[in-house]
Amino acid sequence: MTDVVRTGFRPSRVAIYGVLLLAALVYLIPLFIMLVTSFKTPMDIRTGNLMALPTDWTTIGWTKAWSEACTGVECNGISGYFWNSFKMTVPAVLISTLLGAFNGYVLSKWKFRGSDLFFGMLLFGCFVPFQVVLLPMAATLGQLGLANTTTGLVLVHVIYGVAFTTLFFRNYYVAIPDALIKAARLDGAGFFTIFFRILLPMSTPIFMVSLIWQFTQIWNDFLFGVVFASGDSQPITVALNNLVNTSTGVKEYNVDMAAAMIAALPTLVVYIVAGKYFIRGLTAGSVKG
Amino acid sequence: MEHIQRHPARVARAPSRLLDGLQRWLPKLVVAPTFVLVGIGIYGYMLWTGVLSFTSSSFLPVYDFVGFDQYAKLMSNDRWLTASVNLGIFGGLFILSCLLIGVVLAIFLDQKIRQEGAIRTIYLYPMALSMIVTGTVWKWILNPSLGLEKLMHDWGWTTFSFDWLVSSDMAIYTIVMAAVWQASGFVMALFLAGLRGVDSSIIRAARVDGASLPLIYWKIILPSLRPVFFSAVMVLAHIAIKSFDLVMAMTAGGPGYSTDLPAVFMYAHTFTRGQMGLGSASAMLMLGAILALIVPYLYSELREKRHD
Repeated sequence: MTDVVRTGFRPSRVAIYGVLLLAALVYLIPLFIMLVTSFKTPMDIRTGNLMALPTDWTTIGWTKAWSEACTGVECNGISGYFWNSFKMTVPAVLISTLLGAFNGYVLSKWKFRGSDLFFGMLLFGCFVPFQVVLLPMAATLGQLGLANTTTGLVLVHVIYGVAFTTLFFRNYYVAIPDALIKAARLDGAGFFTIFFRILLPMSTPIFMVSLIWQFTQIWNDFLFGVVFASGDSQPITVALNNLVNTSTGVKEYNVDMAAAMIAALPTLVVYIVAGKYFIRGLTAGSVKG
Repeated sequence: MEHIQRHPARVARAPSRLLDGLQRWLPKLVVAPTFVLVGIGIYGYMLWTGVLSFTSSSFLPVYDFVGFDQYAKLMSNDRWLTASVNLGIFGGLFILSCLLIGVVLAIFLDQKIRQEGAIRTIYLYPMALSMIVTGTVWKWILNPSLGLEKLMHDWGWTTFSFDWLVSSDMAIYTIVMAAVWQASGFVMALFLAGLRGVDSSIIRAARVDGASLPLIYWKIILPSLRPVFFSAVMVLAHIAIKSFDLVMAMTAGGPGYSTDLPAVFMYAHTFTRGQMGLGSASAMLMLGAILALIVPYLYSELREKRHD
């Protein structure tokens, strides 16, 4: 529909560009403030202001956040928690995506009696507020000996992520003609052959969507981390919150901002590199689900 | 497979029957783990929390039936009342602001803008951040002594004062600001996708009839985006009801409990104050709120699909 709009230098065009650029600034300024503050000295923060550039650039905030800052009682920085998050995110993303791919394949191409009901159950599961499962899950993890472990968090993220990944793959595979599958079955191809030889090769985009969506969700999760993990097994989001909100001694905003940048970097990098898939996941997850 | 190799003579028939049977069961076998995990992890636990909400559980679960006591307690609990009112304020403002900003930016961005891709990327990057990161940054920006206030003083507006973050009347609005900053770009993306789907011939016809562009948007295009409005409201309301991280990072519910939201209330009572029964009841009410939202939506979605 854009082709209806005439382009050219009219006042209204200038106004449109003005509003769009202003909005872009508003979205960017917090990131700018975060970066600039992280490179300042505490002295600089007190004498300067939010938008002022550092008078002398220093990485002391970053090194302190990484290896010395206090997150509660411990003062070893957030590096350990950063790796915790990786150890939790990578397996959880891979397992939930793989499960989702197979589920989506079955729910679109190998329907059985009750499979639509099952899909409905999964769909509804995308909406349930997690508060309603926290307490029983905590009890179960305790019983299984998985309380406060990374393995426990992986399990939790798989359970509550698989509904989304199934949704992604199911909606993707539904669009692939059934005739293709039928022909392959006549040729004697079985369940796994059809999946690996026919569907998998054309699944790269949806795998990207699922992997990126799950990575962002799980990396950014706070609720499960704060409820199911403590001390050494906490993910980065919980550590960052502890670092920022524990009031021991003088507040060092440069360290806070550096820690926030460290927590944000992995998902930001993924967004910049593969934002197209992230946006597709966002819209697929919301419009369809 | 081992079986087949050990008895080559019987290979002809038995395995094919075996394979057929396997083929028939394979799909079910493949989804079985998910069925079990989700069946227990979502539906079983939902029921379990429901049961707990009818007991007097405090630090540990006890299974005595006390009827609706916990719900009654919840209704007369000041803190829950504050949390519910806050959800109304936060949810209402958050949804309205996101919709307004999202629609305007989407329409503007749909006017053959140079560098549209780059601008879109900028609008959407906050969605990739953790709410804890967003909260940390906004807490710093709104810092009453060194943040925005000092900036305005340095820039010459010396009477400017901004202490909403530590004011029990205004702190909830700071959370709205941060949440809108994070999610409005996403609403823009939803609307932009909707706008790209509008049939341009209708608009061309309206232009030929002499309708102005704003009028066309107001009378033709926006009404045709009704489904997008609905799904945007759904997603935003869903985010609002579940909001937890942002409050924890910015105010932790304070000052006092003036910025409590239901999710924060639930967490505090269940996991730090040892009132499991009450916490479970609050969780069930959150579920109720989501159901009231989702069920009509899913119902209409499914009906539409059947009519297609």
